[in-house]
Amino acid sequence: MADARRPEFNSDQLAEVRRLQGLYPDKRGALLPVLRLAQETFGYVSLEVEEYVAGLFDLSAAHVHEVVTFYTLFFQQPPGRHVVSVCHNLSCHLMGSKAIVQHLSQRLGVAVGETTADGRVTLLTVECLCACEQAPMMQVDDRYEGLLTPEKVDHILEGLR
Amino acid sequence: MAEKVFTRNFDRPNSHTLAVYRETGGYTALPKALAMEPAAITEEVKKSNLRGLGGAAFPTGMKWSFIPKGSTDPKYLVINADEGEPGTFKDRYLLERDPHALIEGMIIAARAIDSHRGFVYIRGEYVQPWRVFSGAVKEAYEAGLLGQNIQGSGFDFDIVVHRGAGAYICGEETGLLSSLEGKKGWPKIKPPFPAVKGAFGHPTIVNNVETIAAVPHIINRGAAWFAGLGTKTQGGTRLYSVSGHVVKPGVVEAPVSVTLRSLIYDHCGGIRPGHRLKAVVPGGGSAPILTADEIDVTMDADGLKAAGTMIGSAGVIVMDETVSIPEALMVLARFYAHESCGQCTPCRESTGWIYKMSERIVEGKGRKEDLDTIVDVSKRGAGTTICAFYDGAVGPYVSYIEKFREEFEALIPRDNEPTCPS
Repeated sequence: MADARRPEFNSDQLAEVRRLQGLYPDKRGALLPVLRLAQETFGYVSLEVEEYVAGLFDLSAAHVHEVVTFYTLFFQQPPGRHVVSVCHNLSCHLMGSKAIVQHLSQRLGVAVGETTADGRVTLLTVECLCACEQAPMMQVDDRYEGLLTPEKVDHILEGLR
Repeated sequence: MAEKVFTRNFDRPNSHTLAVYRETGGYTALPKALAMEPAAITEEVKKSNLRGLGGAAFPTGMKWSFIPKGSTDPKYLVINADEGEPGTFKDRYLLERDPHALIEGMIIAARAIDSHRGFVYIRGEYVQPWRVFSGAVKEAYEAGLLGQNIQGSGFDFDIVVHRGAGAYICGEETGLLSSLEGKKGWPKIKPPFPAVKGAFGHPTIVNNVETIAAVPHIINRGAAWFAGLGTKTQGGTRLYSVSGHVVKPGVVEAPVSVTLRSLIYDHCGGIRPGHRLKAVVPGGGSAPILTADEIDVTMDADGLKAAGTMIGSAGVIVMDETVSIPEALMVLARFYAHESCGQCTPCRESTGWIYKMSERIVEGKGRKEDLDTIVDVSKRGAGTTICAFYDGAVGPYVSYIEKFREEFEALIPRDNEPTCPS
């Protein structure tokens, strides 16, 4: 993983930045996609990453900072190798999400919002992920996991290295 | 058995591919539309009584007609795939199981409003729907269905797939446009409406995924057919996302005139065994709640409006007798407090304070004036903000308390009992 303290895209990534900027009537439209690319590249969006990305858009770092802090999917601190986000909105609440969160918290030994000491898993609660037919559900990195039970959660955790 | 329009492909293997979409008549509406005058397409959609299926139920053809006539400005078609209303998941199914219906509908809509570039704003958490939809766009380009001179018609149209980054407010159409422009998702004051001044300052139509997925069917089978599936004021079938304490939760396609009772008992197998219905949220988290006695209502926009609630995104959340209504309200209040974008004071402040009050009520630390305060603050703030977010929050705040007041009062310590200082 490239260094979030001294961020720099390689030439392929810079070409991708220019391609993305060209898709919008104003290149600023590509800010969210480029921040996503930056997070994938550098692990999280540090203040240095914000300054670097700001330079690619001729924006002030402050403008990029207000965007980064507005959205939940940008991490300002390094997350764990895996991010587990349990939905705690209404449908999941009705189907027992509270017990799922408690179970995860206990199994991982962390509170919601924290990362395990070995850097393996960050545990979050999130608002509706719109998979309510599978409630209670959670997102594990890129995938949705639904119809959760404590046993199923344990099985999923075993697969996270 | 009601006619399947949106879901007709859902159970077919590889329904997301161009080949399977074509097998059931996919892309046969496109040449018809490309041969029509743009105004005739809009007229057909008007006559179909198609209304926005994202939440506001605004007549779609009328929306399209707001694009300034003869404007040489570039115009944009923006698809709201930022599905986020609590209890709603039908656009996820469309993106994954019938992505070409959206693409075909977009090309037709773009032709109607003279747009050559469309953006599909997909919520950031939807990774699989994004993958599938992007694959479908690629296939459409390779087949000459997107890009320059589509099918020799001289019409050009490109689709840009744009991913959000986690913010409920970006499902509000002007918040979505701010976000698409690379800013935080703050809604904009209307007027000017997006049709006049939208994305990047240009005329823009923002439509929901499902709304646009209906368009190829309307062109293929005619406005009268689509209108005939619904009520006098709203055509079609639609997708209901049903969750909570029913036997078979899931996406249900039914006419807009289906009753809430039929949805729960005929389509979803009724309440889970050994339990009874207590309450239902009929149109996503922001819809006022209905009690078990109030489910003999039709699910069209006007039917639910008359019942004092709203169809919204058609997310139906069913609660049995085990549910604590004060806790359910606290869960939604937490959501609104978290998702308020912070731009307007009544929303930013009220959502935060109402969450705190709902939480202390659930914890047995409520004060006897809390319920009146929540209702009062809700009603005063409604209609005073830039967008409809706060009005949406007021729906549950007021209806949960007014319809289940005794349940809240039972949690609040009486005058002679000291409350714990919090």
